[in-house]
Amino acid sequence: MDTTIREYQDSWEAEIKSKLEDKFSGKIEVTKTETRRVYAKVLDKADIKDICKFVQDDLSFEHINCLCGVDYPAENKMQVIYEIDNYTFYRGVILELEVDVPYDDLHIETVSDIWGGANWHERETWELFGIVFDHHPRLERLLTPDTYEFFPMRKSYKLREDKR
Amino acid sequence: MTDEKKTQIPDAQAIAEGAEVTKEMVQEYTSQNMDMDKMWITMGPQHPFSHGLWTLKIQADGEIVTDADPIVGYLHRGWEKEAENRTYPKIIPMADRLCYASSMMYTHLYCMTCEKALGIEIPEKTKYIRVMADEINRLQSHLMWLAAVGTDLGNFTAFLWASREREFWMDMNVRLCGARMTTNYPRIGGVRNDVFDIDLDMNDEEKSRFMRDIVRCCDHFDKALWDIIALIDNNSTFISRMVGTGIITREQCANLGITGPAMRGTGVDFDVRRDDPYDGYDLVDFDVPVLSAGDSYARYMIRVEEMFQATRIIRQCVDKIRSLGRSAPYRLKVPSRIPAGKTYCRIEDCRGEAAMYLVSDGTDRPYRLKVRSAIFVNVSSSRDLLMGCRIADVPVIMAMIDMCLGETDR
Amino acid sequence: MAYTSIIDWITGVYSQHGWADPIQANPYYPFGDAYNLPYDLGMKLWNIIGGAIAWLLDLLFPGNDVSTWLVCDMTNNIFALVLFMVLVFAVVFVACLISLWEERKVLGRGMDRRGTMIGMWGFLQCVADGLKTFMKDNVFSKKVDGMTYWWTVALIIGTSVLIDCMVPLSPRWFVVNYDAGLLIIMGLYALAPFFILVSGWSQNNKYSLIGGIRAAEMMISYEVPLLIIIATAALLAGSLNIGDIVMAQTKHFWYVIPMFVGFVTFMICATAESERAPFDLAEAESELVEGWQTEYGGMKWGLVMLADYLRGACSCGIIVLLFFGGWNLPFMEWTYFLGDGIASFHQNFMWWFPAPELTFLLKAWLIFFVMIAIRLGTGRVRTDSILNLGWKVFMPLSILNLVIVLIFKLFIGGVF
Repeated sequence: MDTTIREYQDSWEAEIKSKLEDKFSGKIEVTKTETRRVYAKVLDKADIKDICKFVQDDLSFEHINCLCGVDYPAENKMQVIYEIDNYTFYRGVILELEVDVPYDDLHIETVSDIWGGANWHERETWELFGIVFDHHPRLERLLTPDTYEFFPMRKSYKLREDKR
Repeated sequence: MTDEKKTQIPDAQAIAEGAEVTKEMVQEYTSQNMDMDKMWITMGPQHPFSHGLWTLKIQADGEIVTDADPIVGYLHRGWEKEAENRTYPKIIPMADRLCYASSMMYTHLYCMTCEKALGIEIPEKTKYIRVMADEINRLQSHLMWLAAVGTDLGNFTAFLWASREREFWMDMNVRLCGARMTTNYPRIGGVRNDVFDIDLDMNDEEKSRFMRDIVRCCDHFDKALWDIIALIDNNSTFISRMVGTGIITREQCANLGITGPAMRGTGVDFDVRRDDPYDGYDLVDFDVPVLSAGDSYARYMIRVEEMFQATRIIRQCVDKIRSLGRSAPYRLKVPSRIPAGKTYCRIEDCRGEAAMYLVSDGTDRPYRLKVRSAIFVNVSSSRDLLMGCRIADVPVIMAMIDMCLGETDR
Repeated sequence: MAYTSIIDWITGVYSQHGWADPIQANPYYPFGDAYNLPYDLGMKLWNIIGGAIAWLLDLLFPGNDVSTWLVCDMTNNIFALVLFMVLVFAVVFVACLISLWEERKVLGRGMDRRGTMIGMWGFLQCVADGLKTFMKDNVFSKKVDGMTYWWTVALIIGTSVLIDCMVPLSPRWFVVNYDAGLLIIMGLYALAPFFILVSGWSQNNKYSLIGGIRAAEMMISYEVPLLIIIATAALLAGSLNIGDIVMAQTKHFWYVIPMFVGFVTFMICATAESERAPFDLAEAESELVEGWQTEYGGMKWGLVMLADYLRGACSCGIIVLLFFGGWNLPFMEWTYFLGDGIASFHQNFMWWFPAPELTFLLKAWLIFFVMIAIRLGTGRVRTDSILNLGWKVFMPLSILNLVIVLIFKLFIGGVF
């Protein structure tokens, strides 16, 4: 991991894109690049750990900014979004990884051992969406009471006022 | 705190009824409870240090903290779920309520996310107005933090002095948008009102008294802050509490996801305002203070320096707004529906990096709106911050995180 | 002397030579050779009150024994002692309230606010707060250890009142005049941390326990330099008697001059000893809620707070006695008020005016002002640094002070 701090260059996004696609050809698809943004889709959720390790070790993305879930009941799937941030080599670039988690297997490998900052985000995503992060050190309810038996952020859970 | 089955010794009543207590049982019981010298102390939800409704459980060996477990969620309102059931403009006042101390920032962040999703560019004057409003907000938030640090260190003078200075900026907030705390000022595509519309000088349309007063506030504040710095920095009782406590390394900090002044205090040279500029921040000139000590004092120094930088930015913004004049537009008309897409937008909040992830589906309501709160992540690292410190240092170290529960629990 | 009438009684006792000499006229006078103003005031008060009651009873039941008993020498003495105690306590209490008011006002001004504002420049706020705590419900946890929980409050406030009453305001305003008076005060002063430890333990609360242990830590580290400096002052004066120490300062110079190091050390140690900020870590509210006072509410809390201020006032009193010439001004004794013997004090017109006592109290309040200023500008010190300070800074400093005093004594001995 190179930790020299550089000024922003336009070529960074393409660089990251090519590095990712070289290493994980067929496993990852870089959908879009913008200024300081790289959007990628991980095709198989089993690869997420390897990709994250590579992103952290080789691309020096040392900080996970955000991790969240999105529910798509129409497509029978959920998505986990990783917003990964860089402080040094590609300073200011955010890499967005998108993983599909199908309804019939709501399991995905944890990344909290790679980035400690993902710990609570994963707990939150689990309690609000019911996506289980395997090998998470402590997958307990964080924001909601322990007595909750439902996952409130799923689209199937309607608020009383929700007429949609 | 393991859930292993432990040997139970019969109580006095059982012994009276004929239960036997062997020497081995007693020995086993004592060996299992050998860590009785370590006790769990629950600080919160009602505790003077917590500055809000949360719990910090610490395990203390005498005065040394050996483990910590933060518990949040008392204030969970289902903000994100609520947002899914509101139209886009209706979320603006809700975003105010995310954090009472940095309401302007969160509203700004929300409006910015929507604008990015819409793909529109806001007028130049609005950029400066937003930056100015953000920095006013940063100042009053940092001053409230400084006040809280005063009480956490056992001194009430710093609290009242900082609160006094904060009042000036609160007054500026009132004149800018009519409210002290929940400002409700930015709008999708602009801001609610032009700064030239406030306290207008009747003789000259281009001269706003608000702009004059904000520069005066800056002038006063640059001097007044030195009073508080002299009180704290020249005083070994404060310095000895802050230097060398709550140390984390640069690597730990990046890995744990700590952001904001706490991160820059550990030597991470990163500021969203400079390295991923949004709105007017690439048009103004400011420095990002970075220290590598990684202790509470470094975090304190960073925040104090940020306050000086904030007045610097405000002055520049005032100049730019004045030169743009009254006639420049301050608000765009925007459609009420946002096209389908995914947007991630981040902002340098007073406490760290705040971000919003918006999934829009072409309707007038967000499909999913995730809020990335800085403190939510910062407080999750409190175990690493607190390990090995003393009980007396716990409030000081946690004060440097500057807790705000509204955005943590959402 | 059988009772006849109040006129007879008054004329019989006092008409011959004005006010009677309390020592000559009273065979049960408890203070030996020294004149005691509060006792005398108590005696005179009882002469009026008791005399009036006796006179009324005698009007109703002429020639009864109760009237005689009420004004006999022994009864006079007993009731004079009761009034003496009330008087001494009242003065101490009011002085303490004034220091409380002073703290609130000075702190307020220093923090750019006004401080208390209710009545008499805010003084009545203290009274109102006292009444409020009186009226509070008596709330306590069921899980406390009853006996220690209740008794420690009584003992803390009791010892605090006791030591504060033991501090003499002048040679004529004292409770006991021992040769080792200073040591007795310090001995009782050092008792309170034990009660705090026990009280913190009894409350069945972790914050209280930690607070109690911290109080014990502080006691251990601050008692020693405090006593060394007291011993040094006694060495300089050649006596442990408070009156002698003050007289020695009046004759030569205030001991703050040779013992300046000692004064600074003593000041800080006394601040720590009375658990005032910045050394209030036994009740550090930011981490320990209220420390060892967490479980005390209502009047119990009020008494504990009062004890705090009593102890603060006592520290200031001791500092004035040791370093600032007590009730005397430099090179000036209050001979007009204090007299040079029993015979002369009634000769003066204003002999009763408490000028020396007021001098003493004013000095004590000035010292308290410094303590308030320290509180105004400092944060709370941590436990480990407080122990470091106590053992590694103040202990050597107090020894240094002793060395300086010894050099004075040996080489410039003529003055002493």
